[in-house]
Amino acid sequence: MDVAGLLTQLLNGVQYGLLLFLIASGLTLIFGVMGIINLAHGSLLMIGAYVAYLVTRHFGTLWLALPVAIAAGALLGAILERGLFRYFYHRNHLDQVLLTFALILLFEEARSLIVGNDFYSVPVPQLFDFSIPITSGFSYSAYRFAVIAACLALALGLFLWIERTKLGAVIRAAAEKPEMVDILGIDARRVHLTVFAIGTVLALVAGVLAAPLYSVYPGMGDQFLIISFVVVVIGGLGSVKGAFWSALLIGLVDGLGKVYAPKVAGLVVYLLMAVVLLLWPSGLFGQQRR
Amino acid sequence: MLPQSLSLKLALALGVLALVLMPHFASAYYVELGSYALIAAMLALSLQLLVGATGIVSLGHAAFYGLAAYMVYFLTSEGAPRSIFLTLPVAMLASGVLALLVGALSLRTRGFFLLMVTLAFGQMVFFVFHDTKIGGGTDGAFLAKPVISFFDWQLPLTRRQRPIATYYVALFLLVAMYLFLVVVLRSLFGRVLEGIRVNEHRMQALGFDTYRYKLAAFTLAGMLAGVAGHMWAMHRGFVNPELVGWHRSAEALLMILLGGLGSLHGPILGALAFTGLGEAAQLITERKLLVEGAVVLLVVLALPQGLSGIRLPRFLGGRRDKGGSDHG
Repeated sequence: MDVAGLLTQLLNGVQYGLLLFLIASGLTLIFGVMGIINLAHGSLLMIGAYVAYLVTRHFGTLWLALPVAIAAGALLGAILERGLFRYFYHRNHLDQVLLTFALILLFEEARSLIVGNDFYSVPVPQLFDFSIPITSGFSYSAYRFAVIAACLALALGLFLWIERTKLGAVIRAAAEKPEMVDILGIDARRVHLTVFAIGTVLALVAGVLAAPLYSVYPGMGDQFLIISFVVVVIGGLGSVKGAFWSALLIGLVDGLGKVYAPKVAGLVVYLLMAVVLLLWPSGLFGQQRR
Repeated sequence: MLPQSLSLKLALALGVLALVLMPHFASAYYVELGSYALIAAMLALSLQLLVGATGIVSLGHAAFYGLAAYMVYFLTSEGAPRSIFLTLPVAMLASGVLALLVGALSLRTRGFFLLMVTLAFGQMVFFVFHDTKIGGGTDGAFLAKPVISFFDWQLPLTRRQRPIATYYVALFLLVAMYLFLVVVLRSLFGRVLEGIRVNEHRMQALGFDTYRYKLAAFTLAGMLAGVAGHMWAMHRGFVNPELVGWHRSAEALLMILLGGLGSLHGPILGALAFTGLGEAAQLITERKLLVEGAVVLLVVLALPQGLSGIRLPRFLGGRRDKGGSDHG
């Protein structure tokens, strides 16, 4: 394996990991505050990818897909939270799992009704449709660089929001001691709504960014969902910081796995998860709660 | 969990009798559908040992089910059918070993964490069968259905009798599994599991190593899922990665919820209802998943205690609901 190929896989790994972070952070944030795992989070990514496909097909540009996805995500998140999820925060795990499983089935069927079951590719936006030469014999896709930059910007924004704003402080408090937040008279409903909407927007944006890279296909949500679970398990449930480092780790392990052990590359991340569970049962950054 | 009242025991006996008599009246198609429902019932019943009895919600149960079906394929790879007395124990053993490994790691966590870990390990098994060639890859593979034979003796069956024989084997195994679980849940082991579901800390304080008990339950549930998976292979003569996929695990959970969490017969009822529902849905629309999704949503929203939660009106002999159950 030459250096250029290795470097490509490393960069791909970073880009893949950062994309996973967008999904995993939403999952872990929603769990941290509301104590619920949304299995349909992968379907939200799929919706984002199909938004990207539909917008580029009708308007010829991916740029428009971003604001559409953000607006659609906020709206969808608000509807799901107000209309369904809020009735399930105090139900048992089985009910919560099956609620979100039902949503997966409904989203998949809606997708099949609206756009059908075919694979579609989404063109890379023209602005980024070139390669950046790094050394004489090696260049790297500008779009992938753009995705890396966008994900890093979103991660930074998320970090500042959680660590530096008042609402962020409430969110951290709600993850730590929800009953204290209630006692202090903070409107939990508003916090729940905001967190759920942000998580949904992140998943849809991840879908838009992913569409030109992985193309758009039925069941794509499942694939991202399961790997995001691995990310969250390794990072520690409820920890956004943990999700970030563990997403990068998974991305790099996956990228390197493709270079050095192409036949079992898909297995490596699960083995990593097994090792982490053996050594740190609550994840690298998690505390054993709940 | 266990049937208490005489009328319920009577109803269960009548249900078994109806299932025994069914092939004499129904057409071949419905016998096949019946086998399928019985296999689904076994899968849901095996999962109930974890969900309803111990309070562990696993989303990777299909891995043990699917592996057992693949074991039948591996055993008959030369195309010659093997005796069920060989394939069934081997399939159960393989599922049990996998469940022991997955359980040993997953049970270090609890709650949603455990759910995600079991799902991920289940998908790992899915990946092995989906992305490598050892089991026919994505497309799956045909296998020689196990036969009912003992050394040189083989039960003589015509082509038309074979599905009926498979049906009765599945029915026998389902009833056996039910009775076995009744014995298990009545034993000290079963009582400890029930204690873990209600309050694990208290069981630990009483000196029980709850991890070991949960691991034993997880392994046992995996082996029983193996029985269901083996019967699927015997029924269909075909394996594909979807058998291992997590949608099947979620469906098994749905059957449990549909039938009711608090009883051992609930999952069986749920599986029969779910299979019947799928069949009815196919008559109306091609969009089976849409119906399935809507039904799940409806059950979760409106029937949190499942079909067994529906009470007869009092004048028909129904008892008043005692309020919330002890599942949290």
